[in-house]
Amino acid sequence: MAVAQALEPVASPSAPSAWRVVTRRAVAFLLICALLIGAWEGYKALGTATGGLIPGTTLKLPIRADDRSLPHTWRIVGSLFEPVRASDDTLLIANLLRYAAFTWFEAAVGFAMGGVIGFFLGVVFVQSELLERGLMPYVVASQAVPLLAVAPMVVIWGSQAGLPAWLAVSIIAAYLTFFPVAINTLRGLQSPDPAAIELMRSYAATPAQVLWKLRVPAALPYIFTALKISATSSVVGAIVGELPSGIQNGLGRALLTFSQYFTTGPERLFGAVLVSALVGLAFFGLVTLAELWLVPARRRLE
Amino acid sequence: MNQRLERWLPALAVFIIVLVAWEGLVGAFHIQRFLLPAPSLIWTTFWRVLPDLALATGYTAGNAIGGLVLGAALGVLVALATARWTVINEGLMPFAVAVNAMPIIALAPILNQWFGLQNPFSKISVVALLVFFPVMINMVRGLTQVSPAALELFRSYAANEFIVLGQLRLPNSLPFLFSALKVGASLSVIAAVVSEYFGGTQRALGQFISQRAGLFNFPEAWAGIVVACLLGLGLYGIVVAVERAAMPWRR
Amino acid sequence: MQLTDINKTFGGRGADAVHALKDINLSIKSNEFISLIGPSGCGKSTLLRLVGDLITPSAGDVRVNGKPAHEARLKREYGMVFQQATLMEWRTIRQNVELPLEVMAWSADKRQARARQMLDLVHLAEFERHYPWQLSGGMQQRVAIARALAFEPALLLMDEPFGALDEMTRERMQLEVLRIWSQTHTTVIFVTHSIPEAVFLSTRVVVMSARPGRISAIVDVDLPQPRNFETREDPRFFEKITEVREALRRDEARGAALRAATS
Repeated sequence: MAVAQALEPVASPSAPSAWRVVTRRAVAFLLICALLIGAWEGYKALGTATGGLIPGTTLKLPIRADDRSLPHTWRIVGSLFEPVRASDDTLLIANLLRYAAFTWFEAAVGFAMGGVIGFFLGVVFVQSELLERGLMPYVVASQAVPLLAVAPMVVIWGSQAGLPAWLAVSIIAAYLTFFPVAINTLRGLQSPDPAAIELMRSYAATPAQVLWKLRVPAALPYIFTALKISATSSVVGAIVGELPSGIQNGLGRALLTFSQYFTTGPERLFGAVLVSALVGLAFFGLVTLAELWLVPARRRLE
Repeated sequence: MNQRLERWLPALAVFIIVLVAWEGLVGAFHIQRFLLPAPSLIWTTFWRVLPDLALATGYTAGNAIGGLVLGAALGVLVALATARWTVINEGLMPFAVAVNAMPIIALAPILNQWFGLQNPFSKISVVALLVFFPVMINMVRGLTQVSPAALELFRSYAANEFIVLGQLRLPNSLPFLFSALKVGASLSVIAAVVSEYFGGTQRALGQFISQRAGLFNFPEAWAGIVVACLLGLGLYGIVVAVERAAMPWRR
Repeated sequence: MQLTDINKTFGGRGADAVHALKDINLSIKSNEFISLIGPSGCGKSTLLRLVGDLITPSAGDVRVNGKPAHEARLKREYGMVFQQATLMEWRTIRQNVELPLEVMAWSADKRQARARQMLDLVHLAEFERHYPWQLSGGMQQRVAIARALAFEPALLLMDEPFGALDEMTRERMQLEVLRIWSQTHTTVIFVTHSIPEAVFLSTRVVVMSARPGRISAIVDVDLPQPRNFETREDPRFFEKITEVREALRRDEARGAALRAATS
């Protein structure tokens, strides 16, 4: 029930205006980013000045400040717009964006599969207490299981079954997606007041009508809270799933390759991490937009 | 006792059915062992590789626990330091939520380079980073989302900030903290194992699994996977036990 | 206790501002039981919070025992009871009653002795080791009253304390509050929207009207003390109820006329 508790419904305080909140948060976000860049460059300047020592002592700084460990921030951004190789004038950013699109595609397929499975499990559990009692412990336990450890197996199964490698990666992403959706769908479906369910009974509503006219609308805010978590998890799943998969044109692979060639081009690894972060953020943002559109402000959960 | 048995009976039944079906199907359809070894084979393999596996598990478990404790401690401290000031929170929370929406695990190769592939701290720091954000976010919520009536009550006692923190905000945040820690328990094992995929010592659970899988030695790889699962479940169980002890007022 | 020319506005300036309280003047003698009654939005809870220094007036002066309300709060002269019991779920019943005493740095022995005494007073002595969730709503509310009285505040402020209780529990609780009031000699200000409750409990009923909130009538309730089940059947009890009801209705009519005139 781990995530379930983290998502205690808390009515958002009456929002002044959605746009003002978004702008204020965006400004705060950028401000903190600027602070972090400042800290990065400041640390580097300090380390360069003292020769890698903590000022006034002979102790080494925990992270080396040289151009390899901490390239200048502008070098990182700059490297994105340099050719990948002397013989190939494709820009690094173009390659990374191509990888990102591919990884996002894997993540999105996994997200869709996991979302549907999670929703389905929630619906089944709310209808049958026996199934809930029999299977719920495993749904919860499944998340204590580091599935990413099984990633190599899933990839091998996939290839044995004749599935394309990317689909195996999507299955791993789906595994990380389904849990929050299942838990929160169940909680959301159970959230209507018992009196409301009795009211539906008094109309002689069929179970399907109770589900679609009462339970599902009530569950919507809960489901979106889960989907936002899942959006991130699916990207994590896709990146990690690619590691053992032999897929050449994804972000996970790029991270692995660039970390192997770290000594010769450290900025590239940082660039790849940056792009990965943006993919996660963009997917999260997309789901948040869908929520803004589908769930009225008053009913959104924090 | 009987009631508890009844409550867990369906779950137990599922466990036994799955195990028997798995064993039976593998035997009946002669499923090749690299696809899915039978539970009995995994069991015997487990005992054969135990010395190696125990060593690897010890290393990974140490990283996972170290990172979990470090990340949680930092998360609580930062939350305590910032929850007091709404202005800082207004800025920090969206940032934390955004960072939490990024695949932090992608930082593993960078942290490997910063702290050295062989240095366990390069793995611990990945775990700590992954645990830090959910803990901080939940802790801030727990410290700030107190009932307005309770705040008025403390105000009517003319209680100072420290009393409000100690008697109201901190106890109020415990359920929030523990739900983050439960998420963190599973995350920490995942992060520890995955950060090992990006290189480091051979005597680690992540390396054990990916190496055996790479050598098509699947029964051994599965033994490692099962141990990783148990490690995750074990950490989760510890957090639940600590939660029970820390919040005796809960049903 | 003395309220002089109290005004309270919420929100911005000009048209946005809500005039919650207008020109409130009221003086309350020690050991009185005052009820504030009126339609919702008349500012009775706001007035209570002003007295308790949980909010400050936009204009005017609140004095409690000759001191400004702020000083009185710092001297811990207020006991508060809200509509919800607001017990700390992580404390046992006795620890909840001890909470204000802990804040006021009483010694552990004295705390425990007083908490037991208070729980006796509300007939919950055997529940001291229970946690709040194990008690019914009415019992929780009694704990909240015990907690409010534990440090013998000069003034007990109650904001619809029985609003969430059923009628039977409510009548029992009313008797209990009266009993405690007669035993402890505190002054009580009691917000309610039930006319019989206000009349049954109070020495004076302050009738308020809405938009802006002001005092429209004060009804003296000179029914004999101590009050009990017979009081509820006393014809004079019904006379007083009628008097309060008429005061409320007059207000309503005047408000409607005013709105008709301005629109």
